[in-house]
Amino acid sequence: MINVKNLSKKYNNKTVVNNVSLNIKKGKITSFIGPNGAGKSTLLSAVSRLIKHDVGEIMIDQKEINSWKSNELSKKVAILKQSNNLNVRLTIRELVSFGRFPYSQGNLTQEDWEKVDEALSFMELHDIENQFLDELSGGQRQRAFIAMVIAQDTEYILLDEPLNNLDMKHSVQIMKVLRRLVDELGKTVILVIHDINFASFYSDYVVALKNGEIIRQGPTNEIIEQGTLKEIYDMDIPIKQIDKCKVCVYFA
Amino acid sequence: MRNSTKIVILFVLAVGFVLTFLFTDLGSNWDYVLPRRIMKIVAIILTGSAIAFSTVIFQTITNNRILTPSIIGLDSLYLLIQTFIIFLFGSTSMTLMNQHVNFFISIILMILFSLGLYHFLFKREGNIYFLLLIGLIFGTFFSSLSDFMQVLIDPNEFQIIQDTMFASFNNVNTELFYVALFIMGLATLYFLKFEKYLDVLSLGKDTAINLGVDYDRVVQRLFIIIAILISVATVLVGPITFLGLLVANVAYEFLKTYRHRVLIVGAILISIIALVAGQLVVERVFTFSTTISVIINFIGGVYFIYLLLRESRA
Repeated sequence: MINVKNLSKKYNNKTVVNNVSLNIKKGKITSFIGPNGAGKSTLLSAVSRLIKHDVGEIMIDQKEINSWKSNELSKKVAILKQSNNLNVRLTIRELVSFGRFPYSQGNLTQEDWEKVDEALSFMELHDIENQFLDELSGGQRQRAFIAMVIAQDTEYILLDEPLNNLDMKHSVQIMKVLRRLVDELGKTVILVIHDINFASFYSDYVVALKNGEIIRQGPTNEIIEQGTLKEIYDMDIPIKQIDKCKVCVYFA
Repeated sequence: MRNSTKIVILFVLAVGFVLTFLFTDLGSNWDYVLPRRIMKIVAIILTGSAIAFSTVIFQTITNNRILTPSIIGLDSLYLLIQTFIIFLFGSTSMTLMNQHVNFFISIILMILFSLGLYHFLFKREGNIYFLLLIGLIFGTFFSSLSDFMQVLIDPNEFQIIQDTMFASFNNVNTELFYVALFIMGLATLYFLKFEKYLDVLSLGKDTAINLGVDYDRVVQRLFIIIAILISVATVLVGPITFLGLLVANVAYEFLKTYRHRVLIVGAILISIIALVAGQLVVERVFTFSTTISVIINFIGGVYFIYLLLRESRA
């Protein structure tokens, strides 16, 4: 379980995350939604110790995040940020093998390579595993980075806008993979996402942030609802039921 | 070509140049010439390695391949210290003053400066670019201050300072040399503890933290190691960090790998080749009428223009 209690974070004097408390359920997909500048990415970065929080506490499996040893935590929580520009030239396989660093410290064993292979097949990257990352399309690159996170074999997988700059086909592909990670491998996935329809289709829980505060959180069904969305985005978003799914028509 | 083959080629080249330097034109007084040449070549290998090694680490922690550690102003600080000593006590103090004292004062001040820079900036801002920017400003400040003092002093004294302004392997102090060797050895041993993190650090701060690197601690230690190596090398032979940019980039181009174990060894060998070859040219072709900095900067400049032209065509 990840429990966040009264978390606040300031940049200079601007409060970006203000007194946020939430519990993240194991074995589910939780989506953070909300307008730009709501503090979603900051919250995610704090939970994954990429940035230090000012006030409050973050408990990961009943242990405060700062008292975890960095290496131990990296076997528990993985984070993937939205911009992944590398200065080094790597093949997909090399990148994915970095995911084993927490276990092998760079000297990969047979078992580590097996995990790398598993991650590559899970993301269907085996046939292009020796291509260099700078030769790939955005969708393939994103899959390669997700494969690295899978090879890291953590209980919690945190993703900051994994669908950024991807077309529909690749977005669906990524979301299906995340769903499989949860359903087949029992991982816990937390992601920041902008398209509320993807959140509505694929996530179990939704946390809505606005101005650094959580304004609503709960099962997806309760949040994807006209009144709630009005509160979050300040716009009227009609919701249509198609088959069993709720679709938000936010274009007009 | 495999990387191990490339390393072997570099190694053979380096050994070849070293042997050429040692045994050609030996003359009849070899019992006098040879020990001096050996001293010189060991100094070259030592400083060349220190510079290549610290530049590669520095570029990895800054994630930038066109920076050298000289950007934090250590070279300028060294010149300032030397200028200031002569400004205050006159050039006779250089001969009167125990060289050990000068050596240790310079090293200690340079390391303290880097630590101070690190402590006050990186700790608080957590941003390595901020640290570099302030370092750059300090570097400029130090050189302006040195210029100012150099203008005021006697022209004869200025000549003495000028000697320290260019790297030279021609008069390396033997006793200091062993001290330097010892300090560098300790720094290298300490580095081995952090060697495994370098590949991960080259993926960037966020990814490194994600993969369990205790980023602040590791970067701080590496920064200290760089500061020690650069300081010792500079005090031993003069400002020489120009070399790092060249050899690090040649190593990346030649070896085309992200593995630091290979990159560091490659960069060190290239550095030794460049310095020994440069020294050969200075001594045997130009008979000491130019300095090694000039030659290496010239070749380095040509190489960079070549790289730029090739990249723009591709």
